[in-house]
Amino acid sequence: MTREEIIKAGTKVYSRPRLLLDANMHYCPGCSHGVVHKIVAELLDEMGLDDKAVGVAPVGCAVFAYNYIDIDWIEAAHGRAPAVATAVKRLNPENLVFTYQGDGDLAAIGTAETIHAANRGENITIIFINNAIYGMTGGQMAPTTLEGQKTATTPYGRRVDLNGYPLKISNLLAQLDGTCYVTRQAVHTAAAVRKTKAAIKKAFLNSMEGKGASIVEVVGTCSSGWKLTPEKSNKWMEENMFEHYPLGDLKNN
Amino acid sequence: MSEEVKLMKGNEAIAHAAIRYGCDGYFGYPITPQSEVLETLELLMPWETTGMVVLQAESEVAAINMVYGGAAAGKAVMTSSSSPGISLKQEGISYIAAAELPALILNCMRGGPGLGTIQPSQADYFQATKGGGHGDYHLIVLAPSTVQEMADFVGLGFDLAFKYRTPAMILADGIVGQMMEKVVLPPARPRRTEEEVRRQCPWATTGKHGRKERNVVTSLEMDPVLMEKNNERFQQTYRTIEENEVRFEEIGTEDADYLIIAFGTVARIALKAIEDAREQGIKVGLLRPITLWPFPTKEIERLSHKVKGILVVELNAGQMIQDVRLANEGRVPVAHFGRMGGIVPSPTEILDALNRELIENA
Amino acid sequence: MKEEIIIAGFGGQGVLSMGKILAYAALMNDMETTWMPAYGPEQRGGTANVTVIVSDDKISSPVLDRYDTAVVLNQQSLDKFESKVKPGGTLIYDPYGIHRPPQRTDINVHKINAMDAVLEMGNSKTYNMVLLGALLKIRPVVPLDALVKGLKKTLPERHHHLIPLNQQAIEKGMALAD
Repeated sequence: MTREEIIKAGTKVYSRPRLLLDANMHYCPGCSHGVVHKIVAELLDEMGLDDKAVGVAPVGCAVFAYNYIDIDWIEAAHGRAPAVATAVKRLNPENLVFTYQGDGDLAAIGTAETIHAANRGENITIIFINNAIYGMTGGQMAPTTLEGQKTATTPYGRRVDLNGYPLKISNLLAQLDGTCYVTRQAVHTAAAVRKTKAAIKKAFLNSMEGKGASIVEVVGTCSSGWKLTPEKSNKWMEENMFEHYPLGDLKNN
Repeated sequence: MSEEVKLMKGNEAIAHAAIRYGCDGYFGYPITPQSEVLETLELLMPWETTGMVVLQAESEVAAINMVYGGAAAGKAVMTSSSSPGISLKQEGISYIAAAELPALILNCMRGGPGLGTIQPSQADYFQATKGGGHGDYHLIVLAPSTVQEMADFVGLGFDLAFKYRTPAMILADGIVGQMMEKVVLPPARPRRTEEEVRRQCPWATTGKHGRKERNVVTSLEMDPVLMEKNNERFQQTYRTIEENEVRFEEIGTEDADYLIIAFGTVARIALKAIEDAREQGIKVGLLRPITLWPFPTKEIERLSHKVKGILVVELNAGQMIQDVRLANEGRVPVAHFGRMGGIVPSPTEILDALNRELIENA
Repeated sequence: MKEEIIIAGFGGQGVLSMGKILAYAALMNDMETTWMPAYGPEQRGGTANVTVIVSDDKISSPVLDRYDTAVVLNQQSLDKFESKVKPGGTLIYDPYGIHRPPQRTDINVHKINAMDAVLEMGNSKTYNMVLLGALLKIRPVVPLDALVKGLKKTLPERHHHLIPLNQQAIEKGMALAD
C-alpha cells in the first residue's frame, strides 16, 4: 500500500509530528537522536511553542538538528551553546530557548559554559545526549566514556589512571543553586520514551515560567561508535551505562 | 537624554555611547586596560532605563558566543576586551563573520605577545585587519584617536555592521581607553522594538512569530559548491565595503615633502612631531587611516607620487607598514618607526626617526 | 593659550585627582583638555603621574616629553622631570622629603611648603588642593571659579560639604605661592 492508500483507508495510526521536517536524517540506524528529535518536535507542537522556540544546535552528531525541526535555530560553536542560549533568552525573554548537546560538546569543551549558564540560573532548557562517545568524529573517547570502554582513542579500553573517570556532569549540575530541574532519562523502551517526553515537557515549562536552568540528560546509544547492532546497543547500555548513569530525577524543585 | 558635554575616559565613553545608541546587549569579561567599559555599564544600570542587557560572562569565549547568540536574534550587541582576551574571541568572531551577523567588538590593545603588559600597544593590527580567526573574512576596523571618536565609533560601528551584516571592530590603543578628554555624547535614541527588529532583520532567530519560513543561523555548509558560493558572497560584500567605506584624515599634506602615516593615538603624537618639524622648516604631512580595513590604499598611492619619503609610526614591530608598502609600490622610501612592549614614543623620538631614516639617509 | 603640565609624585598623594580637577576646570571654562595617566599597578603605592593639557585649541598629542609646567611631589619625580621642563618653563615642588633640590637656572622654580601647610591646617587630605592653588597662582591657566566648578564635578555629591575646606586649601596654596 502506498501512503495515500493507507490514509484513504482510514487505517493510519501514526504520523510524523507536524514540526518534524520531511528531511533525510543523517543519524545512523538505532541512534537515540532521532527519538529525542521526535519528542522535541511533538512537545513544541503540543505546547504551542513553535512560534516562540529558538533551538541552539551543538557541534557533534546533532550539529544538523536544525535541519529536522521546523523552528528557528542557531548553530553554535563547539561547546558554546549555553552561552549562545543565555544571550537569546535574556534579550528575548518571551522565547523558549533550549540547547541540544552531546557529551563532548557539553561535558568536555563546553564545561565552563554549561556550568556557568546553569549556575546563573538562565531560564533555558539543556537537552544533553550522553552516549559515552564522540560519534561525529568517528568514535573517540568522551568525558563520559566508561572505564574499560574501547574507543578510537582508548583502543585498549579507558584507563582511569590515564584518562580520569567518566564524568557525571548532571550530578554536578544538580549541586548548583541555579538549576531547578536535573533529570537523567533514556529512550530505549516505549515507557522510557514517555518518561523522557514528560521530563522535557517539564523543562520547557520551567523555562517559560522563569524557574532557572533545567537539564534533561538522555542516556543514549551509538551503534556505530560502539560497533554493536541497535538491539545489542540497547542491551549494552542497560547493562553498562545505567550502572554508572542511573536513571531518575537528580533534582526537582 | 539629550546631547551632553562630559570629561571622561575613552572606555567610559564607549559605555555611555552604547546606551545612547540603543544597544541591546553587552557581554564582557574583565581585563586591563578596558575593564571600565563593563564597570561603567554596571554602574549606569541601563537595564533599568533602556532595557539593555549587561552581563559579566565567565570568560571571553563565553562573552563572544553570547554576542553571537544576541546578534543571531537581530539585536545590537557588543563585547569589549584587550589583546589576550581578543585572541580568545577569535573563533567566535569567525563564526559571526561566517554567519553574516552584525556585531561590535572593542579591542583596547595592550602589549604582547602572550600575557605581555597592560601598557598601550598597536600590535594587534595584523590580527584585526587580516581576519584574526580562521577562514577568509574581514572585519570593518575603526581606529579612534580621541575619546570623542571612541564614543562616535560605537554608533558608526553598529551602523556599518548592520548595513553590511558583518562584525565591526573598534581597534583602540590603551592610551585612548585610559585617557580623559572632553566628549560630546550623542542624544539618546530608543532601542528598536521587537517589530522593528523583525522588520530590519528578517533573517533573525526571534522565534517564527507567524513567519512561514524558519530562520537558521549557521556557518556550516558541507557542500563545497555551496560553501564556495557563500565565500563568493562574503567577498562581494568586502569589495562593496572597500569601495564605499574607506575613512581617513589628512593634515598638512598639500605642501608636504614627507609623509607620516599613523593611526590611533600615535597619529596625534606624530602630529605634535609634525608641528615641531614645521617649526624647523621641514614640511611634513600626516595621513591617519580611520578605517584600517578597508585601508586607504588609493589615498596613499596618490600621496606617494608627491612626497620624498614616508615614515610609518606604530606601537609594534612594523605591521601597517606592509599595507603602506603595497600602496606605495616602491615609488618612494618607506621607513618604519615603532616602539613595542607598551612603550609609547615621544614626539621628539618620532621627529628624530624622520630625520634619521628619511632625510639623512636620502 | 596652551599649557602642558605634568603632575608627579607617590600614589596616594592625590596626583591623579589633582589632574582630574584641573581638567574638569578647563572643561568648565570651555577649553580643550586631555588627562593622561601613567596607568596600571603603579597607581597603587608606587610613583604616579598624570599629563594634563589645557588649551584653547584642539590638542594633538596627549603624550609629551617636554612640559611647560611640572608639579613634582617626591625626589624620584623631581629627578625624572626636572630636565623635561621647557627652558623658561615652570617647576613647582614641595621640599618635604626632597634632599636634592632642583638645579636648573633656565626655568622658574617655585618651592611650595604644602606638606607643612596641611599639617599646620590639620587636614592632610587637602594636600593636593594646596598645590593646585599654588599652581593656579603661578600659572593661571583657568580662573578660580572654573576650578571650584571642576571640584564640584569631581567630588561625589555626598562629599560636597567638603568643598569649603578644599577652597580654603586652594587659597592657602595661592598664598604660599605669593
